[in-house]
Amino acid sequence: MSCVVRAERLSKSYGSLRAVRDISFAINEGECFGFLGHNGAGKSTTLKMIYGLSTVDQGGLWLFDQKITLTPPSLKARLGVVPQEDNLDPDLTVLENLTVFGALFGLSSQEGKARATEYLQFWGLDDKVNVSPDELSGGLKRRLVIARALMNRPRLLILDEPTTGLDPQARHLVWQKLRLLKSEGISLVLTTHYMEEARQLCDRLVIMEAGQILAEGSPEQLVQEHVLPYVIEVHLPQSQVPAAVVDQVRAYGGQVETVADSLFFFAHDGNDLWSRLESWGLPPKVCHLRSAHLEDVYLKLTGTTSEEEKR
Amino acid sequence: MIEPWRILRRHLTIFSRTFWTNTMFNFFEPFLYLTAMGYGLGAFVQEMEGISYMEYIAPGIVASSAMFAATFECTYGSFVRLHYQKTFHAILAGPVTVRDIIIAEALFGMIKCVVFGAVILLVIAVMGQVRSSLALLIPLFLILPGLFFSLMAVTYTCLAPNIDYFNYYITLFVTPLYLFGGVFFPLTGMPVWAQKLAWFNPLSHSVEVCRALALGQPAWPTIGEHVLWFFIGSALLLAPPIHLMRRRLIQ
Ligand SMILES: Nc1ncnc2c1ncn2[C@@H]1O[C@H](COP(=O)(O)OP(=O)(O)OP(=O)(O)O)[C@@H](O)[C@H]1O
Ligand SMILES: [Mg+2]
Repeated sequence: MSCVVRAERLSKSYGSLRAVRDISFAINEGECFGFLGHNGAGKSTTLKMIYGLSTVDQGGLWLFDQKITLTPPSLKARLGVVPQEDNLDPDLTVLENLTVFGALFGLSSQEGKARATEYLQFWGLDDKVNVSPDELSGGLKRRLVIARALMNRPRLLILDEPTTGLDPQARHLVWQKLRLLKSEGISLVLTTHYMEEARQLCDRLVIMEAGQILAEGSPEQLVQEHVLPYVIEVHLPQSQVPAAVVDQVRAYGGQVETVADSLFFFAHDGNDLWSRLESWGLPPKVCHLRSAHLEDVYLKLTGTTSEEEKR
Repeated sequence: MIEPWRILRRHLTIFSRTFWTNTMFNFFEPFLYLTAMGYGLGAFVQEMEGISYMEYIAPGIVASSAMFAATFECTYGSFVRLHYQKTFHAILAGPVTVRDIIIAEALFGMIKCVVFGAVILLVIAVMGQVRSSLALLIPLFLILPGLFFSLMAVTYTCLAPNIDYFNYYITLFVTPLYLFGGVFFPLTGMPVWAQKLAWFNPLSHSVEVCRALALGQPAWPTIGEHVLWFFIGSALLLAPPIHLMRRRLIQ
């Protein structure tokens, strides 16, 4: 299978700060690949090296099988870029934002206009053609940025937090459209803070922290590999939980995680563990049983220490 | 080499839309200087180097307003694109390099220089202050100072930490060029060292060419020297902003 992006021991420093440290990953043609991580984990830095706003410090980065230190124009022509912060052109109308950008790729004004109209329709912006982007809501701005990134019909669409700040409806709409693009064969790489987004969109993802990759796999794989299938959340401050319970859960064969003063008990058989809690002095009404999901993996891998301590 | 042109099309799209308001605004100040100095001071200064004072300063006002047009575009204008609107970041997502962006800025500043120079030229022609049809060559000539002043300004823009720094550029740098560029009085009245220093003042070269053409008395070899000055100056100024802007845009 061919890779659209491959990184080997890739590193990037800002002065003495090592923003990305020795990360390796490969993004396959046609897949959606995600980067999940805290603020400052190094997600944007990694993407910027791919789309040409940052140079590679150390290690190797291949884009469409070509080794790069700074993405050349010929490769940028095959990328679509949605940066973390909207950088629409306020001096231009919604339509012109697309056509002027399309012209950078050598689209004739006719072609540009046709494509722009197509994407404005696709993203539900067709009634905003002649307004200034300043007048758009956050959600519509974001959609316009994505539409702009599609003007050159990219093979790889790079999305840095595509839905941060959007309401749930808007977010679902963006997901729906991105899945449609993927079904047309466009490869996607995105960063996100939303587990739901990663689960909905990503075939594979990596969890990053302090510039490093902690885990890699499909959402299901990550859940299987890193946590037991059931979780009981304890909705009590730790000080009010009988001290012996934690040891009893461990002795039983369960796992205990603490996230921000809340206890999580993981088990192979959730119902069985649940039935024992009361006898260990933990009232069921303060507990919640559910199956484990990606967020549990994320919190387990990243939640225990703060960013500063790790660096 | 088509990329800078593609970027320039963005700037021109916006320029064409705001052309009239832009022109009115830019026309007002030089017109003020021309009338205040030309009529006001001209009433006392009967003659300057054998011509009326108004005729003396009019071509200089063309050259200086052309300088200001390029300068403002590539300081405040460029900085807004660079810093506030992140236009350059957005453009860099396309198949272009930082070099293309700088060339497009310089071309845009040059176009504004030529356009506003031509507008003021038209004004002084209507006021009867142009003697020769050789003045029609002035807009063509302004391409060179246009590129030079744009590149100089955009180099400073690459270094400016915030927009307040352009006050320094204008008052400490461009205004002295304006006052001691031979627009209002001949530099021959100044001490010899100051005259020597004036050779480094780009505006003085532009003023001399514009005046010679407007009066229809060009000494072609001298004009050639001034043209060469701008050619070499612009060539030397091309690399620094590309380098500096790359450092600023790409980490
Ligand atoms: N231009 C820069 N100069 C210096 N340090 C930087 C620069 N850009 C990022 N950093 C630092 O590098 C680290 C990684 O930043 P990056 O933007 O890649 O994180 P991120 O994972 O995208 O975070 P977020 O989720 O907040 O967007 C952070 O500590 C950040 O402060
Ligand atoms: Mg980021």
